[in-house]
Amino acid sequence: MKHLLSIEDLDRVAIERICERAATFASPSDREIKKVPALRGHTVLNLFYEASTRTRSSFELAAKRLSADVVNFVASGSSVEKGESLKDTVLTLNAHRPDAIVIRTPWAGSAELVAGWTDAAIVNAGDGKHEHPTQALLDVYTLRRRVGDLAGAKIWIVGDVLHSRVARSNILAFQKMGAEVTVCGPPTLIPRGIEAMGCEVRYTLDDLPDADVVYALRMQHERMDQAWIPTLREYAAVYQINDKRLLPRQVLMHPGPVNRGVELSGGVVDSPQAAILEQVQAGVVVRMAVLYEVLAGARVGGVRDTAPQPATPEAQLA
Amino acid sequence: MSLIDHLVRAPAPAADILITGAHVLDPRESLDGVHDVLVRGGQIARIGDAGSLEAPDGAETIDGAGRHLFPAFVDPHVHLRVPGQEHKEDLATGTRSAAAGGYCTVVAMPNTTPVTDSTSILRSLRDAALRDARIPVGFMPAITVGMMGKELTEMAELRAQGALGFTDDGKPVQSAGMLRKALQYQRLCGGVLALHEEDPSLSGAGAMHEGEVSAQLGIAGIPSISESTLVARDCAIAGYEGGRVHMQHLSAIESVDAIRAAKAAGVQVTCEASPHHLTLTHEAVRTMDTRMKMNPPLRTEADRQALIAGLKDGTIDCIATDHAPHARDEKEVPFEQAPMGTTGLETAFASVYTDLVLPGVLDLALVVEKLTVGGSLLDLPVPRIKVGAQAHVTLVDLDSEWVVGEHGYASRSENCCFAGRTLSGRVLLTVAAGSIAHRDTSLTATSEVTV
Repeated sequence: MKHLLSIEDLDRVAIERICERAATFASPSDREIKKVPALRGHTVLNLFYEASTRTRSSFELAAKRLSADVVNFVASGSSVEKGESLKDTVLTLNAHRPDAIVIRTPWAGSAELVAGWTDAAIVNAGDGKHEHPTQALLDVYTLRRRVGDLAGAKIWIVGDVLHSRVARSNILAFQKMGAEVTVCGPPTLIPRGIEAMGCEVRYTLDDLPDADVVYALRMQHERMDQAWIPTLREYAAVYQINDKRLLPRQVLMHPGPVNRGVELSGGVVDSPQAAILEQVQAGVVVRMAVLYEVLAGARVGGVRDTAPQPATPEAQLA
Repeated sequence: MSLIDHLVRAPAPAADILITGAHVLDPRESLDGVHDVLVRGGQIARIGDAGSLEAPDGAETIDGAGRHLFPAFVDPHVHLRVPGQEHKEDLATGTRSAAAGGYCTVVAMPNTTPVTDSTSILRSLRDAALRDARIPVGFMPAITVGMMGKELTEMAELRAQGALGFTDDGKPVQSAGMLRKALQYQRLCGGVLALHEEDPSLSGAGAMHEGEVSAQLGIAGIPSISESTLVARDCAIAGYEGGRVHMQHLSAIESVDAIRAAKAAGVQVTCEASPHHLTLTHEAVRTMDTRMKMNPPLRTEADRQALIAGLKDGTIDCIATDHAPHARDEKEVPFEQAPMGTTGLETAFASVYTDLVLPGVLDLALVVEKLTVGGSLLDLPVPRIKVGAQAHVTLVDLDSEWVVGEHGYASRSENCCFAGRTLSGRVLLTVAAGSIAHRDTSLTATSEVTV
């Protein structure tokens, strides 16, 4: 795998391979010395055009635990604010010969675009409202640990689907793993035509008890400007996942950061059903697996030939 | 009407050519067979049976055998980017591109920098065209000052200075009241109002058609109703005022239906469809190729079929390219950031011929009619292959295949939605207003001048 641009590019086998590789990285994360030398000598560039604390720090940790060197390039305060184009910025940074570029932008398709401008491996850390593939991979990883095989699992994605790249990547990823996906939210925030992705569409939580997994999306306050919904209060009244609506047998997920009292009640965030902190933990190991896959994995396959040659992670951990 | 000519171009020598044995197709002249056509002093001097005409002294003979000769095409909707955006296109490159596509006349839109909304800008444009334009160009100034929708331009004076009509193309005339005033004023000064129909409260920040593809890509959509509701509204206003409107670049089923109903009700409305809307759908946007980003957006297969049906039943009057050049670096950005528009002059005939005529969807004669009639909607004469008429002809090799963009473009820009496609139908020669405006390199080798 040369790049990770979209869940669309992956099949079930590839998703499982990444999850299994992430599992092998999980144990060193619990050890006192958390680093493995798998990507020693490699440079990973984090290129972030949007504010991000979690995803960026998670990628940074992942790269560092693989012993890669990390450079963070944050759009604010940089040449971007001076009007430099995405292409010129990428070409400039590419002159430093990064082995991988982790990129987040507010524009759909930008990771794919950047992949055409550089030889570095590109990892999409969110392109506009299009995709956030590592989030979907860590969600699959987390869920498999909780419930095992996802085949036949009923997963509800609840909230602002229109503006959510997490929803789009997860619809694809959950379906590739055999799950049945339903999206639910205010009709103004469900994109017209989304059912073509193979998911069901609901506008109320009436049938939420059918779900095995409830995946709540973050309700973004900035959406209030354009009157997508009347009020956050009404949103919470109709769509909040709370103690009354969440069954003990259901798993609750959320990509963070949570708005307590809006999309989730405080009670369910702290409930045993919630897998939210497991998702955060999974973020690092899954991103380690992704970086390993695009940097070392490809080279093992004979695509890249730059030194040094690492052994397989299993051998290194032994 | 003004007394000055609406069309201007640079001086060029009158053509003296004999085209022998070409299949001459001019639906309006009921010509559909193999003939010799002699162009003498820029006029069509004789039309005879194949092999019957001889080239007079000084005339060049061009072998038309196996090729088709059409009246040259007229595009009522192109962006030549002058003044102010010459890095995208200018009058020389834009008309060179048009000639290479078989066009003898194009009409330039006013969304320039500054907006073409005053007589001084119009006059300077016409002066520039007298110097730079390879084929005749007409200009449509803006309906409202700065295309801001607030105050009418000096339409009467602009007409007197050669304005072909008026348009705020690129933007709708958002206020119904403003459009009504422009239509009332039209009684004084004439000039068709060409309308870009889009309700911004519905299109918003949309970058592509709202539907299954936009839902999956997470790109904000432009719903069909943003176009069709304004088409219906403006047909109603035009009907009430008895004014003449021309609806630009239709893209949606509902718009075609609205025009059909308005025409049936006697509204003086005409409309156009573009080659890209007739041949492509929003599926082409899946790769987020910015060349596929245009306004209105590529829509669904059902919309495309409705446009084809509209062409066939006469609801859609003409094919217009909306040739919209943009510089490479402007388009080499993420899809949502890219400007809207595709070039189209050089590929218009070949794309429609390849995708609609060859598969048997449209008759060749209908396509020729729809590519040539556009100017008449703005009261320009229709090019005809008729003895005594000024020569506006294009010689096309229908069987010649070419890869779009392989050898670059005559346009300054390369943002063509058909780039990389293999199309059938190569324009070999274009005679515009009696002068040779385009000659394919392959033609030079085989032609000879009789002395």
